[in-house]
Amino acid sequence: MTPESSTESRLPSLRRARLRDLRHLLLFAVRRLVALLVTVLVGVYLTIVVANMGGQVDELRLVQIRSEVVETVRADPAFFDMPGEERNALVERQVALEVERLRLDQPFVVRSLDYLQRAMSLDLGRAEQMHSDRGSREVRDIITERLPATLLLFGTANLLVFFTAVFAALRLSRHYGSALDRTVIALAPSSAAPGWFYGIFLILLLAFLFPLLPAGGMVTAPPPENRLEYAASLIRHMLLPVAAMFFSSIFVSIYSWRTFFLIHSSEDYVEMARAKGLPSHRIERRYILRPALAPIITSFLLMLIGLWSGAIILEQVFNWPGLGSLLFQAIGHRDTPVIIGGVVIFAYLLAATVFVLDILYALLDPRVRIQGGRR
Amino acid sequence: MSAVTQRRAWRELARYPSALVGMTIILLLIGVAITTMVAIPYGEALERWRGGEMWQRYPVNASPAWMDRLSGGNAARTLVVASRDAEIEEAAFPGGRRLRIPLEFDYAYGGFPSEINLFLNAEGHARTPFVRLLWQAPDGREIPLGGYRIGRQERISLSQDRGLERRLGGLAPHIGLLADHTGQGEQSVTPAAPEVLEGRYRLLLDAVLFDEQAGLEAELVLYGRVHGVAGTDHQRRDLSLALLWGTPVALAFGLIAAVGTTLTTLVIAAVGVWYRGWVDAVIQRLTEVNMILPVLPILVMVGTLYSTSIWLMLGVVVLLGIFSAGIKTYRAMLMPIREAPYIEAALAYGASDLRIVWRYMLPRILPVLIPTFVTLIPTFVFLEASLAVLGLGDPELPTWGKVLNDAQSQSALYNGYVYWVVAPAILLMLTGLGFAMLGFALDRVFNPRLRSL
Repeated sequence: MTPESSTESRLPSLRRARLRDLRHLLLFAVRRLVALLVTVLVGVYLTIVVANMGGQVDELRLVQIRSEVVETVRADPAFFDMPGEERNALVERQVALEVERLRLDQPFVVRSLDYLQRAMSLDLGRAEQMHSDRGSREVRDIITERLPATLLLFGTANLLVFFTAVFAALRLSRHYGSALDRTVIALAPSSAAPGWFYGIFLILLLAFLFPLLPAGGMVTAPPPENRLEYAASLIRHMLLPVAAMFFSSIFVSIYSWRTFFLIHSSEDYVEMARAKGLPSHRIERRYILRPALAPIITSFLLMLIGLWSGAIILEQVFNWPGLGSLLFQAIGHRDTPVIIGGVVIFAYLLAATVFVLDILYALLDPRVRIQGGRR
Repeated sequence: MSAVTQRRAWRELARYPSALVGMTIILLLIGVAITTMVAIPYGEALERWRGGEMWQRYPVNASPAWMDRLSGGNAARTLVVASRDAEIEEAAFPGGRRLRIPLEFDYAYGGFPSEINLFLNAEGHARTPFVRLLWQAPDGREIPLGGYRIGRQERISLSQDRGLERRLGGLAPHIGLLADHTGQGEQSVTPAAPEVLEGRYRLLLDAVLFDEQAGLEAELVLYGRVHGVAGTDHQRRDLSLALLWGTPVALAFGLIAAVGTTLTTLVIAAVGVWYRGWVDAVIQRLTEVNMILPVLPILVMVGTLYSTSIWLMLGVVVLLGIFSAGIKTYRAMLMPIREAPYIEAALAYGASDLRIVWRYMLPRILPVLIPTFVTLIPTFVFLEASLAVLGLGDPELPTWGKVLNDAQSQSALYNGYVYWVVAPAILLMLTGLGFAMLGFALDRVFNPRLRSL
């Protein structure tokens, strides 16, 4: 075979391979999406069952229906000069009608499916006492208002921790056994404490003893008009919580990555590359990092999931107006619709995280591309 | 694990100083926990932590005494002067008696007390007795503190007496009564920086009782600014009680949760690997569902809707932890073990499924599990603290997290009660560090892939 003919045949085959990869990727994505949807469905259903075990959801809706009915009856001028008893009877009749209309008299199994459908479509109902800053009583509005703050804070902190940890670990695994390396190992147990714990001390130190940074909140009050000033104020307020999260997880991440890279760099093919005399940065990128990428992504995912939960208390400690402190306020008000809505949103967030990382995983892992995710 | 490998593991572990430090901390904590449980029984601890009467002779928000002494201060401790130790003059008159009770004490602290209360106890009187109070300072000044009718149990809050405060020139009574007034009239004391007049003070109780038999007991309490090893909180409760009792609670919670989650997870992973097929598939799917369930929000929900009892929380934590992500890891570890020849041998002699899972597969990966298990404990200890900080702590039990929660709700850092936050935080950190240090060292001993590094 001549060299020309081989290149000619390789080009279309390459394109065909790309197409095949894309098809497999799509298939994989759809399959994962369906699987995750089912997962969320089951998870939310479990949440509803837990929440309704004490009859809470039913009671809640009954109270809501009653108050709505009373309100309409009172506001209707047609009933203004109705005697009290008659009006009460009317309210009772209306409530019974409404209960029947909403099928509250049906067994729980049937109704729970109704709740599930509402929760999945994010129809989260109305809050009992809380309202969003704009004044809406819809749980959905309350939650969407708080979501960006949480995403901003935790996105920043997580990405920072992740990239710092991976690059620091690469450096350390290169100078394995050095003083710096041993210091990091010795510091790793400090991550036993969660971020909010360090947050308390950072506030004590940098906000009260040496008042350099604000103790809490998201921007100064009143918020600055100028966009640049707004951003600057935001960054100043973010410094402490991000530092708390960073400090609480950086050492253990570096430690585990370093161990991971050390294990990978003692593989035979890496030794082989070294023996060939390849430059060390090339070995690092092509021989150590590339095959290790998939597990890196997995552990990033696990870290993200862990941090979503930790968010609640950290936000509370730093008075950060995110989902976590919303949940905390909802506990204070015993505002059940908001609490359940919060759980549903968290479930969706976790599922979204898993999905995004699944796709990344598929892009990185050639086995998924080639076999279409079949195991 | 045989005795030989066990001994070798110990020897290897002893090579790591961090493991030794961690073990020392853990043993110390266990010692404290056991001593506490023996010294203060469970019921008594709950009863006392509920607060109320029994703490009324304790100061409010006093800092630890050692903190003040270390910084060279001489802040006031609580002084209790009881009538039992005083020489009572008694004079009978028709239809009753007249008592003169001098309550004397030496005051030599550098600072003023935080509060002054007088507790009077007059049992079994048909007609309410009457008492007149006179304060005698070492410099000879005499300040009449007014007269009181006393019920069966009376508490006279001298610090709250606004009239007395005005007479003392605007100084709070617990400051004005003990301040140095030399060379100045009673009214002209500068309220800016009053100084303590040291010496022997006397509170003279001049009581008229309309009864031949029944007596009168008096207790003058000068509340200190410092108290004990750990200080007190806003409800006058001694914090050392909560800090001590928090130790067994934290250890028990961490240990039970760690055992409950790791063991069940391991067994389930092994069952899935052994039976394969739909059992494995169900376990895998359940794990994926569980990964999406947000643990803390669910705990919050359960705490809000049902009860915040620490045992219910523990149960939910274990339940949510059963199908945790750990199953995937254990599964990966168990897969090659399933195909090992010794399992085939066990099958050949007719071992049952259960026996193979329980006696052949599980023991193989138990050593790998130990480090994970040890490092998991502090996670759960902090989880309990986190729930308490969120206000979902056990309603009755004193725990470290609840102390932190109290401190936060009383803005302790803002008000300068640093000890209130630092003491439970240090204990939490110690627990976390102890287990984490041991766990990391164990990881390096037991994890075969790390041993060569």
